[in-house]
Amino acid sequence: MKRAVQSLAAIACLAAAAGAHAQAIDPLQARSLAASCASCHGTLGQAQPGMASLAGQSKDDLVRKMQDYKNGRLPATLMHQLAKGYTDEQIEAIAAYFAAQKK
Amino acid sequence: MKRRQFIQAASAAGVLGLAGCASTSDKGPHVVVVGGGYGGATAAKYLRMWSDYGIRVTLVEPNASFVSCPISNLVIGGSKTIADVTSSYENLERRHGVRIVRDFVSAIDPAKRTVTLAGGAQLAYDRLVLSPGVDFMMETLPGLNRPGAQDQVLHAWKAGPQTVALRRQLEAMPDGGVYAITIPLAPYRCPPGPYERACQVASYFKKSKPRSKVLILDENADVTSKGALFKKVWAERYAGIVEYRGKHKLMDVDVAGSTLKFEFNDDIKAQVLNVVPAMRAGDIAVRTGLATVNKRWCDVDFLTFESKAAAHIHVLGDATQSAPGMPKSGHMANQHGKTCAAAIVATLSGRAVNAMPVYNNTCYSFVSDSEVVHVASVHRYDAAQKTMVTVPGSGGLSTAPNELEGFYAMGWARNIWADTLA
Repeated sequence: MKRAVQSLAAIACLAAAAGAHAQAIDPLQARSLAASCASCHGTLGQAQPGMASLAGQSKDDLVRKMQDYKNGRLPATLMHQLAKGYTDEQIEAIAAYFAAQKK
Repeated sequence: MKRRQFIQAASAAGVLGLAGCASTSDKGPHVVVVGGGYGGATAAKYLRMWSDYGIRVTLVEPNASFVSCPISNLVIGGSKTIADVTSSYENLERRHGVRIVRDFVSAIDPAKRTVTLAGGAQLAYDRLVLSPGVDFMMETLPGLNRPGAQDQVLHAWKAGPQTVALRRQLEAMPDGGVYAITIPLAPYRCPPGPYERACQVASYFKKSKPRSKVLILDENADVTSKGALFKKVWAERYAGIVEYRGKHKLMDVDVAGSTLKFEFNDDIKAQVLNVVPAMRAGDIAVRTGLATVNKRWCDVDFLTFESKAAAHIHVLGDATQSAPGMPKSGHMANQHGKTCAAAIVATLSGRAVNAMPVYNNTCYSFVSDSEVVHVASVHRYDAAQKTMVTVPGSGGLSTAPNELEGFYAMGWARNIWADTLA
């Protein structure tokens, strides 16, 4: 197990393809972050009835809404509580991901 | 063996080709998923999606269909049927090419990387995803081990036949009777679940059997989740119906006498007994030696959900030793499934796993047939502590029960069922 982790780390260092900056959110991390929304808002943001569909929405609108929830400007039942759990960078990445999905 | 060597070599080189339509292919790494609940079914689907259908996935699940624990308390309350909380597994097969084997797993050999099914067949795996849920520590309650006892005194803590049977017991109970539910010491599956169930039974009694009582006998000192909200509902809406008593440690059940026996408190006789026993990780995880925390829960690496006791085996959901502030819930298991799927896909294609997973929990409780209270939280990985922690300032509760969240709760259910199964 330990060896597996070490070799993984070595792969990570070698993999030029993954060479994003340490703080930046890579596309696969964005996909995973967005998947945390999918439990309520549907796989790929394509929602079933009763929840807002996020797929294909404008990125700016999604960011603005999440920021409004986060700052308490937009009243909500629970989105204001969840929005506070995500950083501004994470919100940008999630919004970009959903904006790129088919409606 | 050759295939495994190939995969390891390919992984090390980072060139494992996962692309292509491999839904019926017998090539590519093989992941066996044990247990088709919120954790396992989600992992199976996302392993297929996120590997571009390059990883072969076999899901072993004994039940013919998925019966959701969340919302199932409404079946006990009488406002939903078991069909309303039941979904098919067929989309996992048809849309995502998951091979579904309807069987129990009788043994796992972590060294040989094989799974033996009760039917006798063996499956070899490159990675095993174990999502066995919980099993009950029935040995702690001798009276429930007598023949037939568990058919009379129900837990109804795994949605299915017991859910329906408990509803029938409540319907058969004469007005003026007492329904008593016992709650084990935390941690257990679904912290607010017993209190929601008490509300559902009280709601039914208020409408149909107004002289009947709901007695909550909790081993915990106080209500473990949404406490202030539930207590207000009991005091105002269900005054004279619900009574809550903490610090009631159940020691045994006299099934013939329909009586509960406690460590320090007087015996309690009731017409309908609903005993939620102490729980641990599902039996298969315990028998495989994975339940190393108090011999009850499985310790995992929260970046990958790989067991700390056995390589190449990933444990999800209620069976895991929860991170601080992380409830044992279906929503959480769904999020575990995706985190684990992403980590397995990354590892099998020679990429580093995501070092900063973030995910959330949303839990709705129905206090009547239409009004709901929620608790929500956001969790992120903390590299220094090597566990998930709640993000400071995030999360919270409803201010009061309301119908708008009743609408959202059903929207949540439809969406998480689809995200897990379709």
